[in-house]
Amino acid sequence: MTAFSLINIVLLAILVATAVTITRLRALYEAAMLAALFSLVTACLFVLLDALDVAFTEAAVGVGISTVLILGVLALTRSREAVTQRRRRLPGVAAVLLVGGTLGYASLDLPAFGAADSPVHSHPLTEVYLHQSQEAVGIPNTVTSVLASYRGLDTLGELVVVFTAGLAVVSLLGPLRRRRPTRPERPRPIADFDLADYRVIRVVSGGLLPFVLLFALYVLFHGEYGPGGGFQAGVIFASGFVLYGLVFGLDRAQRVVPHAALWSLVTLGLLVYIGLGMATMLLGGSFLDYDVLAPGNPATGQHLGILVVETAIGITVASVMTTIFFSFAGRGVSR
Amino acid sequence: MIASHYVYWTFFALMLIGLYVVISHGNLLKKLIGLTLFQVGVFLFYIGLGKRDGGSAPIISDGVEVYSHPLPQVLILTAIVVGVATLAVGLALAVRIFEAYGTVEEDEVVERDRADLATGHDGHQAAGRDSGGS
Amino acid sequence: MSVIEVLSGVLLAAGALALVSGGVGLLRFPDFYTRTHAASVTDPAGAGLILIGLLLRVDAWDTAVRLLIILLFLTLTSPTATHILAHAARRDGVPMWQEGDRRR
Repeated sequence: MTAFSLINIVLLAILVATAVTITRLRALYEAAMLAALFSLVTACLFVLLDALDVAFTEAAVGVGISTVLILGVLALTRSREAVTQRRRRLPGVAAVLLVGGTLGYASLDLPAFGAADSPVHSHPLTEVYLHQSQEAVGIPNTVTSVLASYRGLDTLGELVVVFTAGLAVVSLLGPLRRRRPTRPERPRPIADFDLADYRVIRVVSGGLLPFVLLFALYVLFHGEYGPGGGFQAGVIFASGFVLYGLVFGLDRAQRVVPHAALWSLVTLGLLVYIGLGMATMLLGGSFLDYDVLAPGNPATGQHLGILVVETAIGITVASVMTTIFFSFAGRGVSR
Repeated sequence: MIASHYVYWTFFALMLIGLYVVISHGNLLKKLIGLTLFQVGVFLFYIGLGKRDGGSAPIISDGVEVYSHPLPQVLILTAIVVGVATLAVGLALAVRIFEAYGTVEEDEVVERDRADLATGHDGHQAAGRDSGGS
Repeated sequence: MSVIEVLSGVLLAAGALALVSGGVGLLRFPDFYTRTHAASVTDPAGAGLILIGLLLRVDAWDTAVRLLIILLFLTLTSPTATHILAHAARRDGVPMWQEGDRRR
């Protein structure tokens, strides 16, 4: 047994144990914290499975953004689950047995884990992505080149989904502007503990914030050479703003990023992405074909195109995540 | 068989745990957490298919010959961010349901709807404090 | 094996020991504050020792810089988090464990 499979087994055991505990816990705050732990262990597992970019994203999203969102919603609603009725168990067990049986039966046809001759690795596309991309695109991180260049249209679709989800949250929870002025402002309860009044957390988080944002920029522009890219950078950027909003209050956070700016940024990223596609079409190539950006030197064109696309992704993801956080937090303040 | 497939089976187990929570638990927030578990199981399965023994991360560098497959990683990378965005939509729906019904338990929501149907008026509309900002 | 490697191994083992002791404390201590105390050992001491141990093994300076930055941020964030957690618990009136109480 190699060290790899030993670590793998331990992590998988922790993962399954955490998942089972989450299902059994009725205190939802605790379940939310365990879900964050679950994400962290998953991120470790992604590293073991050679997916550094994915681990990065999972750590930033699962621990940063989604935990804050779930906790925020628990504060708005009820944090204790009712006892699951006995009659509800049967359909769940039936579905699990059915799906589990199907999956288990189907898994007999799967190639062995990590096999070099599996269909995934013997497909001709693997050669294209791993080796031909070095001449055609010329950047070491193949995840970035597949994401932004080979499958650029696909990524555009995903970005539109993120954008639409942001719109859906805003339309469900009300616009970002402050409550109607007719309603009198309820004074903040005196006993309420304002984190910003507390020097330790104010100094530490205020001091760390520039570094968080700097790190996001590093992740964005280093994505061609190491793990990183627009999605990761956007999420890290947004978690910086979430930290600021949590510590210094929603009002100050919204003064830093006004709604108009946030809204323009949400659309700006998408427009830049589509605009780049249009530009490549006007230059005589096909949609998102970066080769035409620098005639005679396709690798330079690819570099430029990928940089622009990653920046556009980063802008849209960061502003959509910040918008979502502001919507939930604004709901809490107005109650 | 066991030595070569146990990783897949664990991923399937994670999916099934998530599926059970989604179907059997009545609390909407718990359902969403269960959905996250299911999602992570699928993510791990995808990435697992691209893993190659002795491989390294698909960042081309000198002296490394064996790489895992980048394509599943690209798909899952975007799926994670899309996943948190859709989770936010689900949570927003849960907040609105709570504001209209005063509960996030599926059974109680259905019960209230039945009671409203029986008495013939739209009870939860009146209970909704805030129609959600124009 | 050079002196550096032995030293690094000792540091790694000490870090792992700190992590295990933190985990044991988390499970065995009777109330919130003592458990927080045990958990707070793991981050700066356990992870810190492991990072220093790894630092002795790296051969490229850019990796060393990254490890140093991680160490710096870990020493800043982890005590702050523990501190604010204990502070919030005290504000909420989580009672302290007295000799003879039941475990909570």
